[in-house]
Amino acid sequence: MTERTLRGKVAIVGVGETTYYKHGKSPDPEFVLALKAILAACADAGIDPRKIDGFASYSNDRNEPSRLAAALGLPDLRFSNMMWGGGGGGGAGAVGNAAAAVAAGMADCVVVYRALAQGQFQRFGAAAPGGVASGEPALNAPYGLMSPAQRFAMRAMRFMHENGIGHNAQRAIALAAYAHAQRNPRAVMHGKPLTAEAYDASRWIVEPWRLYDCCMENDGAAAVIIVPAERARDFQHKPAYLLGSAQGSEYRNGARGHNAPLYATSSFTTVAPRLYGMAKVKPSDVDVLQSYENFTGGVLMSLVEHGFFKAEEANEFLVPENLMAPTGKLPLNTSGGNLAECYMHGLELQIEAVRQLRGTSTAQVPDVNVSMVISGPMVTPVSSMILGSGETL
Amino acid sequence: MTTATYLRPGLPTPVPENDGLDKPYWDGTRRGVLLVQRCKACGTWQWGPEWICHKCHSFDVGWEEVAGRGRIYSWERAWHPVHPALKEQGPYIVVLVELPHAGNIRMLGNLLGDPRQEVRIGAEVEAVFEPHDDAKPPFTLVQWRYGG
Repeated sequence: MTERTLRGKVAIVGVGETTYYKHGKSPDPEFVLALKAILAACADAGIDPRKIDGFASYSNDRNEPSRLAAALGLPDLRFSNMMWGGGGGGGAGAVGNAAAAVAAGMADCVVVYRALAQGQFQRFGAAAPGGVASGEPALNAPYGLMSPAQRFAMRAMRFMHENGIGHNAQRAIALAAYAHAQRNPRAVMHGKPLTAEAYDASRWIVEPWRLYDCCMENDGAAAVIIVPAERARDFQHKPAYLLGSAQGSEYRNGARGHNAPLYATSSFTTVAPRLYGMAKVKPSDVDVLQSYENFTGGVLMSLVEHGFFKAEEANEFLVPENLMAPTGKLPLNTSGGNLAECYMHGLELQIEAVRQLRGTSTAQVPDVNVSMVISGPMVTPVSSMILGSGETL
Repeated sequence: MTTATYLRPGLPTPVPENDGLDKPYWDGTRRGVLLVQRCKACGTWQWGPEWICHKCHSFDVGWEEVAGRGRIYSWERAWHPVHPALKEQGPYIVVLVELPHAGNIRMLGNLLGDPRQEVRIGAEVEAVFEPHDDAKPPFTLVQWRYGG
């Protein structure tokens, strides 16, 4: 029996994004942002948009494939897919779902996209006033547990307690993101450097997280285009081949009322081994990493669960110089990521991972062959993926 | 009767799910009784509530009274007000409490007392019932304080 795998079966050949705005500041409606990002990805690939025959997204994106297909005049919509779960947990998973459809012959050119216009719609970090709460929210909201930061802070608090991890480990993640954003003119925080002193002086959002431990909220859209590997060299940029994709979460992660048996987790303990297994790489092979920052503590746990260092080594490993491109041991979030480039629900991270393989990042790591993305820690399901150059196939 | 509450009024009012799954819990807190799920077939404790036992798949999941004591498993201190009712609140503490005598299920609550107090993971806490009689509909929260 042949091995069932996505390794080397598809490639990302086009990436597109809109201008990134502060939340509520987009001059365009959300649907227009989605269209602009998709058309930008087609232009980047050098492909006629009418060749698109599938769409995949995540986190209940409001811009439905059927409307997109009608708006773009697509002749044949062959695949449409939504990955369940909130936050950015589906960012890499949506790429994996699109890849599975392409590899299986269900579609030939699938767009993964995400669009957000929070002036038009509700913000994530502000709860709606009044009303009633039932189900899981009834167990949380009456105690003042409503925002994502409030929902996940206790996971990181427990993890840091169990492993003796100090605040400087989280700070290093924020400082690296901001430093990389200073080299990226697209970044919302470009021109706004962050110092260790400013981090330490920033206000608490919810302990153990200060202001700079938390992602921004932004308006914008991003898209990537996935085609079969055998067609990948027909386009104008160096292909980024998918080596591995995995999603999910461990035993009863979604048990209500914070009752996941393994609580102090970013949800990757079973996902990461599957990812490396498919990709046939190990953590030390990864040249550059984009790891979704909802909150720095989530990145910290993601890095441990993906095997970059042990939890007891976190204080030692997580210092800014280890995370900086081009010379750090593990260059991290080289565009500025959700903290400092744009909170495009993590899809900007997939685009940066592709740029690193092409050699076009503003914080380029030399000779990248293995480029990894981790999406949406602490939610369920989560996902991660590994991209590789042609040399890795 | 109005009772002082840890958090200011105006947060979302908890109501049982429309399929009735968690109604025994909310009815229990009104009577000052802490009820959680325990499978009648295999004895497994379960929280939050679900229609089936995660261990043996029996649908005969009953409710059992448990002593309102436990130990702090994790905590957070929230500062940024994300809801209009919290604008004048200032910091407040949320604790996740493990109940060793009920299969280590965990329950949420606020830690009563000074919102700036030190929080110690592993410390013993006891439940306090906090009625919200003026809410529509009225409800009672389970809160926690050091001791027990």
